[in-house]
Amino acid sequence: MADFRMPSLGADMDAGMLVAWLKRPGDPIARGDIVAVVETQKGAIEIESFQSGTLRDICVEPGQKVPVGTVLAHIDGPEAAEPTMLPAAPSPPTVPPRAPAPAALPTTAPREERGARGRISPLARRRATELGLDPAALRGSGFDGAVTRADVERAAKERPRGPVAAGSEIRRAIAAAMSRSKREIPHYYLSATLDASACLDWLERENAKRPVAARLLYVVPILKAVALALHAVPELNGTYSEGLFRPSSDVHLGMAIALRGGGLIAPALHHADRCDLDGLMRALGDLVRRARTGGLKSSELSDPTVTVTNLGEGIVDAVYPVIYPPQVAMIGLGSVMKRPWIVDDAIVPRRLIQVSVAADHRVSDGHRAARFLETLGQFLAEPDKL
Amino acid sequence: MKTTYREAVRKALHEALTRDGRAFLMGEDVGRYGGTYACSKGLLAEFGPDRVRDTPLAEGGFVGAGIGAALGGMRPIVEIMTVNFSLLALDQIVNNAATIRHMSGGQFSVPLVIRMATGAGRQLAAQHSHSLECWYAHIPGIRVVAPATIEDARGMLWTALQDPDPVIIFEHATLYNLEGDLADDAGAVAIDRAAVRRPGRDVTLIAYSANVHKAMEAAEALEADGISAEVIDLRSLRPLDDETILNSIRRTHRAVVVDEAWRTGSLAAEVSARIMDGAFYELDAPVARVCSAEVPIPYPRHLEEAATPQPGTIAAAAKILVTGHG
Repeated sequence: MADFRMPSLGADMDAGMLVAWLKRPGDPIARGDIVAVVETQKGAIEIESFQSGTLRDICVEPGQKVPVGTVLAHIDGPEAAEPTMLPAAPSPPTVPPRAPAPAALPTTAPREERGARGRISPLARRRATELGLDPAALRGSGFDGAVTRADVERAAKERPRGPVAAGSEIRRAIAAAMSRSKREIPHYYLSATLDASACLDWLERENAKRPVAARLLYVVPILKAVALALHAVPELNGTYSEGLFRPSSDVHLGMAIALRGGGLIAPALHHADRCDLDGLMRALGDLVRRARTGGLKSSELSDPTVTVTNLGEGIVDAVYPVIYPPQVAMIGLGSVMKRPWIVDDAIVPRRLIQVSVAADHRVSDGHRAARFLETLGQFLAEPDKL
Repeated sequence: MKTTYREAVRKALHEALTRDGRAFLMGEDVGRYGGTYACSKGLLAEFGPDRVRDTPLAEGGFVGAGIGAALGGMRPIVEIMTVNFSLLALDQIVNNAATIRHMSGGQFSVPLVIRMATGAGRQLAAQHSHSLECWYAHIPGIRVVAPATIEDARGMLWTALQDPDPVIIFEHATLYNLEGDLADDAGAVAIDRAAVRRPGRDVTLIAYSANVHKAMEAAEALEADGISAEVIDLRSLRPLDDETILNSIRRTHRAVVVDEAWRTGSLAAEVSARIMDGAFYELDAPVARVCSAEVPIPYPRHLEEAATPQPGTIAAAAKILVTGHG
């Protein structure tokens, strides 16, 4: 049996309030599952379990504030206890692995997360938790513009029936865009397993030379390679409307970013093909931060010429993306996996990444997308050219 | 029976002197003059100078004498003309009356009742008009009550006399002329709980003493705007009845605390903090306070009114909490 404790999410944190349990006693828990949500000065943080097993009992009820280290629950498990709990990484997108707000909503969408610490009355916040609503997405009618209980309850009534997840507005936006995509766009899919070892080895050497703050995320050179490879296949980069494909000479990479309240948004990294890696790293960090706290520019929401979804360091081999109209392609990056690989007739461990393309068959054919994947593989093999 | 707050106080004094031979009344002008606010009119003639005693203008002296008498087994009722003057007796009240039970290891108690007038509204200017109730409510070892109604003016004194420890009764100077009905058999009332004077759904107005009536007026005005206000009369300022306050917040989710004292370090601040402690997750708006302007209470009527809480300012504060705008 292991203790599931209130984690310390920074040296200045001495207590946290349990907001919600996402598991009930008796539920099976896999290592990495989000078990509870805790409210801290930094906002709501999802707490994952580093222990597999079964949730035995809950010791702290939602609404209670307890000091760091307090046992929140017990987990019965086959694995040896590993009591450390860490905040979850930004939650990976769950449902259709792709989808920002539709064109109709671009300027309001990013504001929805701004209220992470906006004016929400304590009662409204509590009711919203109970009703599974994101209060930050609501317009406040109360004192100083605060979201009140009445605002929350009105929103709950207006919420469409059925199993709609929290994050109402953005969820509806995603639903509209993705339905349109699957209705109108004849998708075709290709994927290829690319050897990213050279690129990642290069990156690690490069990062070793840099101070921590200046290090690059592994996805940065891959994004640069994607942007450059798109030059070779212009049919994947542009927009399609009214029966006409308009290729773009610029590459503005839409970056699918998971939002904390649920849902996704895919703002543009402008001119990703022309940025150096440091510039791309800075732009990406800035974009993710603003996507999650509010403050995206409307151009960033309307400009993407192609979108990339990156499922990061998990267990996902490949993504089969749904294109965001009016774009004509979407590129999916699976997780980096260390696997046996044959190089010069020898089996060697290599770090592989499965890259997939969903493309619009009205605009391109399979061999063109294949050409893109080949070119991408070449760029990944020669990282110093990025 | 139609009566006044003043008459209810007089009846309470009369009852105390009649029922308990140990009780006596002492203070400035309580005898021959019949009390500054005429609350003890006729009592000297009825009970004689041993039991209704005029004192010199020496608050420290006669409050100290009251403490001594209480220690000696009497049940003194000491009247201080206004809370402003009680500061001359602060040492006796805070250092002696409030501490002797503690410092004697429980061997001695001080069953003393001190009555004093408080508050503005009668154009008595800055040295006779302040509301310093919270200074006393700060002190462990004494109980502080504030009768706002005729019934409480009639009934709190007897209960206070039964308390083995010092009790201070604050009578707001504007209340003495308050007219109303009192049951013929009205008598002692409990003094440890707040009272809901008017039920409501949207906001709780928390007040004590004369401001309860202003809050009631505000509640009526709010009703015309479609806002249902609950009014709580604190009655006991120490100890505060958290339960009644918090239960009300759990119904209305909003609070305006009305206090004629200055906002800084006020009882309103204490009530607000307790709501935050006990009902934070019930709040749908910040707790608002309507207190007196932080100036000595002015003499001219219009300035005195402008400086103190009024039904209009209370209603305005409540409305903005409920509707988000004024």
